[in-house]
Order: sequence, then C-alpha cells, then structure tokens
Amino acid sequence: MFATCIKTLRVNNKFGILTRYESTLVIAEHNNEVLSSVTCNALSAAKKIGGDITVLVAGTKCDAVVQAVSKANGVSRVLVAENESFKGFLPESLTPLIIATQNEHKFTHIMAGATAFGKALLPRVAAKLDVSPISDIIGIKSPDTFVRTIYAGNAIQTLKSKDNVKVISIRGTSFELSSLEGGSAKCDPAPTGDYKTSLTEFVKQELVKSDRPELTSAKVVVSGGRGMKSGDNFKLLYALADKLNAAVGASRAAVDAGFVPNDLQVGQTGKIVAPDLYIAVGISGAIQHLAGMKDSKTIVAINKDPEAPIFQVTDYGLVADLFKAVPELTEKL
Amino acid sequence: MARVLVGVKRVIDYAVKIRVKTDKTGVVTDGVKHSMNPFDEIAIEEAVRMKEKKLVQEIIAVSCGPSQSQDTIRTALAMGADRGIHVEISGPEYETLQPFHVSKILAKLAQDEKADLVIVGKQAIDDDCNQTAQMIGGILDWPTGTFCCKVENNNGELTVTREIDGGLETIKLKTPAVLSADLRLNEPRYATLPNIMKAKKKPVKKMTPKDLGVDTSAKIDILSVEEPPVRQAGTILPDVDSLVAKLKESGHI
Repeated sequence: MFATCIKTLRVNNKFGILTRYESTLVIAEHNNEVLSSVTCNALSAAKKIGGDITVLVAGTKCDAVVQAVSKANGVSRVLVAENESFKGFLPESLTPLIIATQNEHKFTHIMAGATAFGKALLPRVAAKLDVSPISDIIGIKSPDTFVRTIYAGNAIQTLKSKDNVKVISIRGTSFELSSLEGGSAKCDPAPTGDYKTSLTEFVKQELVKSDRPELTSAKVVVSGGRGMKSGDNFKLLYALADKLNAAVGASRAAVDAGFVPNDLQVGQTGKIVAPDLYIAVGISGAIQHLAGMKDSKTIVAINKDPEAPIFQVTDYGLVADLFKAVPELTEKL
Repeated sequence: MARVLVGVKRVIDYAVKIRVKTDKTGVVTDGVKHSMNPFDEIAIEEAVRMKEKKLVQEIIAVSCGPSQSQDTIRTALAMGADRGIHVEISGPEYETLQPFHVSKILAKLAQDEKADLVIVGKQAIDDDCNQTAQMIGGILDWPTGTFCCKVENNNGELTVTREIDGGLETIKLKTPAVLSADLRLNEPRYATLPNIMKAKKKPVKKMTPKDLGVDTSAKIDILSVEEPPVRQAGTILPDVDSLVAKLKESGHI
C-alpha cells in the first residue's frame, strides 16, 4: 500500500511538472555589439507563457549583449556561448549548441523573433528535436495554444500544438518590448562542444547603412511603390521621412524595379510593420503588401487612382499626384 | 551535380481574395482557383537554368497533396522538370499536414533518388510557414541556404547570396545542400503550349507517405480559423492642408 502511495505521488509530481512549470529558452538575436529589439518582444512573449526564462547569447563577441540582457526584466538566467564557430550566426553551427542546451535544461519552449535570423534557425532546431515548429505567432492563448495569421494575413488561425517542446518564432510587432531594466539574471556558460561546421562558410554581409530608425520598430513609416517611377524620386520620401523621424519602406514593385534595396520591402514576404503612422505613397495596395502593414494604427495613402485598393484600408486618403502632394506635405510639416 | 529535387505546392492562387468558412474550420477551397506556389515556380526555374548550364542532369518535381496536386507537377514538367513524384495525401490528413511532414517526405525522397540538391520556395503563400527547406536541412544534416537571391556553382560548392533583414549576405555551402528560393532569385518562365503537350508524356510516379515510411499523423489541432478584424472605412481628404490638420488632430505630428 505504501508503495502505491509513493507511486501515485511520483506520477502526480511528474504530471505537475509537465503541466505547471513552463521554462522558455529565448535565443538572443544580436550583431556582436547590440541586442536586436525583437529579442525584447520575444521576452514579453516568453512572459506570457509563464515560468522561467533563460536567454541564450551565442556569437563571436557576447560581452555587451550579455550585459544588456542580464538586466532584462523577468530573465532568470543567461547562457553564454562565445566562440569563433558562431561567425555569421550560421544555423549549421548554432543548432548543435541549442540542442546541447536543450538536452541539459529540458525547456518546454524555445523561442526567437520571426526575423531572417529566427526563420532560418528555428525550423532546423525543430527538425533535430523531431517537433513541428510554429511560425510567426501573433498571440499566446495558453502554453500550448497559439494564434498566427495565414493566407497573407487574411485569416487568423488558432492552433494547439501536440509536441512536448514548442519551437516558436514570434512576430515582433504583436508583442510589446520587454524592459531591459530591473532584472539581475545569473550568467552561466552554455554547454561546450565542437560547434564548428564544415558544411557552410560565412563569406560576407552587405548591410544597407541608414541613419533612419529601423523599419520594423519605427513609430512612423513612409513607404513608396511603383508610382514613385524611379529610385531618384525616393528622395522625396526620404525628405518627408526626415521630417517625421520615420523609417522608409517600399512595396515589392518598387524593389523589383530596382528603386530601393530588398531589405525595405514591406509585405507578406518582406517585413511586417505596425507603426503608429504608415504613409503609403504610390502604392496600389495588393493583398501581399497589405499583409505587411495593415495592423498599423493609422494608415494614410497618397495615390492618384481613386479606385486603388489601398484606400479600402486607409484612415485618411488623398487622391493626388504624389509629385505635388509629397513635397507640399514635407514643407507644411 | 547529377540530380535536383524540387518541392512544389498547390495553393490558392495569389490573386484570389480568400474567404473563411462560416464554421471557422478553415478557408473555402472548393471551386477556388489554385496554382503553383509562386516561390516554387522560382525554385523550378532555378533548377531548369542549372540544367541549361549543364550543371544538373535531371530535375525531379515533387508535390505532396490531394490528386489535384498532379496539375502542379505537370506545370513543373512543362517548365522543364524531367519527371514527377506525387505523394498523395488528402482529406483530414491533408488539413493538418505541416512542413514537419513534408520535409520528412522530401528528405526521404532526396536520399532514395540520390539527389545532390533540394530546392524549395522560401514559403508557401497559404500557411506562410517558411520552414520546409530548413527542416529538410536539419533532417539530412545538409547545409541550407535560405532566402536565396543568387546561386553560383563552382564545382559542387555553392556560393549563395541571401536576403537578410539589413541587406544581403553571402555564404558558401558544400553539396549536397538545400536551398530556399526568394522572390528575386529569378523570373520564372511561362510554360509554352508545345512544352505543356510534351509534359503530358513525362512520367509521374504516385506514392503515399506510407511507402516512404513517413507518419503523417497530426502535430497540431486547428481550433479555429477566423476573419481578421475589419478596418473602419476612412475618409478621403480634399487637400494636403486637411491631411496635416487630421494628423495634428490625431497626435501623429
């Protein structure tokens, strides 16, 4: 009888651990100098899950980022993996590190921002753990139930994951920024191992330099489309953006036509933004573009075609020639 | 490289305005125009260009889905793929099919067919997952070049330019490898009528996940699919002055 008691206790305990004690590993995104703001969005998503939060910082230079993240509110532990193998943050070298970390700590959730970094990395991790990853979530209903958009944001799916480990990328604009103050996490080394990969080699990055705010976190975004007619004409938008301290974005048409580089593309397959104010200039408003900006608080469109679909989502529309209206607007601000 | 495996998915055409079912179980697909996922067209095009440069001998197009997925395979064949494999999955099993399952199927086929390269689109425009290439790479332990906008082949070593958040990145990959195609990798060709006719004669092998030893049981439960919130109709303003006034009023400037 005593034995049965112990057995029941053990089973209950195990059940309790599985249902109540969530623990989340957040993979920090950074550039060896600065923590990417999407990681702070991921931290607030991790808080919604409940339970312990651990942050993994891997890179060739981690000091500054570890400093910052260890003060983050709600983080209980920071694991640090500084190694030349992580040059270029290649998924082929980061995945074995994350798997080793997971094997040691048995997290219930592994999370990162749904950026180019997170999207490239997390599904590889999920494959190694033999679980089905969940991309770009916009809401958390419970530790196993998540909300995400499908069909370019035209439907909202609520799904329940059956996997024991949830590998999730989060949409930065759907979760607030968690504060980088008020915490004092302990820092420990991540599991060591040979993480050098012979499969892939990082060669170089060509980053577009800009003094303007970053597109995905800017409060105001000014975007141009095919109606801008040339790359040179984007100067009009830069002038307007400077007045508003705004980031500049673009539609796919503007990128394909070579007016601006690809990293400015807003839409289903580009960046998702949700600023306080989005000004669409010379953009018709295709489904794929709307997917990237329709959660903006206020949307303004300047377009000479009164039938343009963009006017169906705008708060304020101006049917006008952008080459007259934009300079006028810039001047009057 | 001898052989390229390309994954192609049949999805609701990108130009269709989708409708959510009233019972909230999914979106209406019956009688709705479907076509090949746009990113997969780019993947096929890249494989065909490699073949035209004599870097590749054979292109195999694979699609997982209901019987209509064969149309998508025929399109790939008409664009220049040599043969097709249709892994038939339909009904409720297809509704909860995830990149998790598809990547296992493609990984197994890549091994069985002795492929040197797997190319898929960076994401399907229906589930918007962006997972399959990465997962195939993980299963096979092959390097993965995601979001490719340029691929160069130097004796089996691939130099890949990727679209990343701040700009572009270049990496080198050893083959065998997996690539995912981004929008700017190429401009896919149209299938010409003679090629569509020729494609009808190309072989398409039919298989099931069971034949490949892949379990397709659901990894998720879909609790609901709903319409996104509708935005309130806005106003059309007469001039720039009233726009400035409105922005001031709402506290944006």
